Amino acid sequence: MSDLNLHSNPFKSNDTDSFNPKTKSPFSMKEVSQPKTNFVLTEMDRALVIATQEGLPVSERPYHIIGEEIGISEDEVISRLEKMLEHGVIRRIAVIPNHYRIGFKANGMTVWNVKDKDIKRLGRQIGELPYVSHCYQRPRHEPYWSYNLFAMVHGTERAQVEERAKKLKAILGDACLGHEILYSSKILKKTGMRLSKKESVKS
Amino acid sequence: MSAAKNTELSELDKKLINLLQDGFPLTPRPFLTVAEQLNSTQVGSEEDIVTEAEIIQHIQALLDEGILSRFGPMYQAERMGGGLTLAAMKVAEEDYERVTEQINTFSQVAHNYRREHELNMWFVLATESPEEIEDCIEEMETVTGYHVFNMPKEEEFYVGLKFAL
Repeated sequence: MSDLNLHSNPFKSNDTDSFNPKTKSPFSMKEVSQPKTNFVLTEMDRALVIATQEGLPVSERPYHIIGEEIGISEDEVISRLEKMLEHGVIRRIAVIPNHYRIGFKANGMTVWNVKDKDIKRLGRQIGELPYVSHCYQRPRHEPYWSYNLFAMVHGTERAQVEERAKKLKAILGDACLGHEILYSSKILKKTGMRLSKKESVKS
Repeated sequence: MSAAKNTELSELDKKLINLLQDGFPLTPRPFLTVAEQLNSTQVGSEEDIVTEAEIIQHIQALLDEGILSRFGPMYQAERMGGGLTLAAMKVAEEDYERVTEQINTFSQVAHNYRREHELNMWFVLATESPEEIEDCIEEMETVTGYHVFNMPKEEEFYVGLKFAL
């Protein structure tokens, strides 16, 4: 892995982004900026997290069912969930598709070795692209791993991911010293975060 | 992201997936709210009107078929004072199955992907305290006999996965 050979795959397909996924739906919450302090879960919040972390009941009154389970009213379930959304404890309440099953066969984690002095500016720019779903700066592990910018790019096929990666490369320009695309070939686990069911936290 | 052709999904399924990927109403009858939302944007004929019951039935079917992997709140460990990181391992093919099982057994592993690279196992760890990350990684190294590369985020530029159908 110490070799940093650039991908030189043929970039063939045409890129079409008629839909911009960064446009929000009517149910989406306002963007939450990084809060200064952590939200402290009460014992009841914790019970609510545990009751909902594996999913909501798919029935007419899901919040009522959850409330019955943990001994609070439907209104209280809703207001506690609202509060956790406001604080970013819940990123969103949503359906999570299995991307393989809905036609997005290619899932490319593009990783880039970007000059440190340029990474903040360029990271923000890459993050704004409509087809980049996650974008982070992470530490290098020299000599095994030289990449410090991670941008997840999904596509219906690899050619589309590669076409998009080419655009990222153009934006990064001379600040980029190397890159690779790591395709996922199998989901080994996908459960989301889990709080343990033991009672252990502050009330 | 625009999707490929999806033969198995109905128009309603696609609408629901598109609409509900970044939000679900916090109302006493949320599926009714969704139905009202869909119907209010509907210019078409009577047969395009959807009911609460239909939506419930479709979401349940999508979950049962594995087209949706989850439905509900997406919690963020860090905002609860917990730890979160991305970790990677380079696992020999003959050990891959064993190591997958050992790693997935950790409840702190939120998801795990096989990737085509020398570093061929990539997983997200979410823990109840930041300190637990280190302990967890050490334990994983002991159990599996492989090094775990810890790659916590240093800066988040964007997060907002959404697929358009």
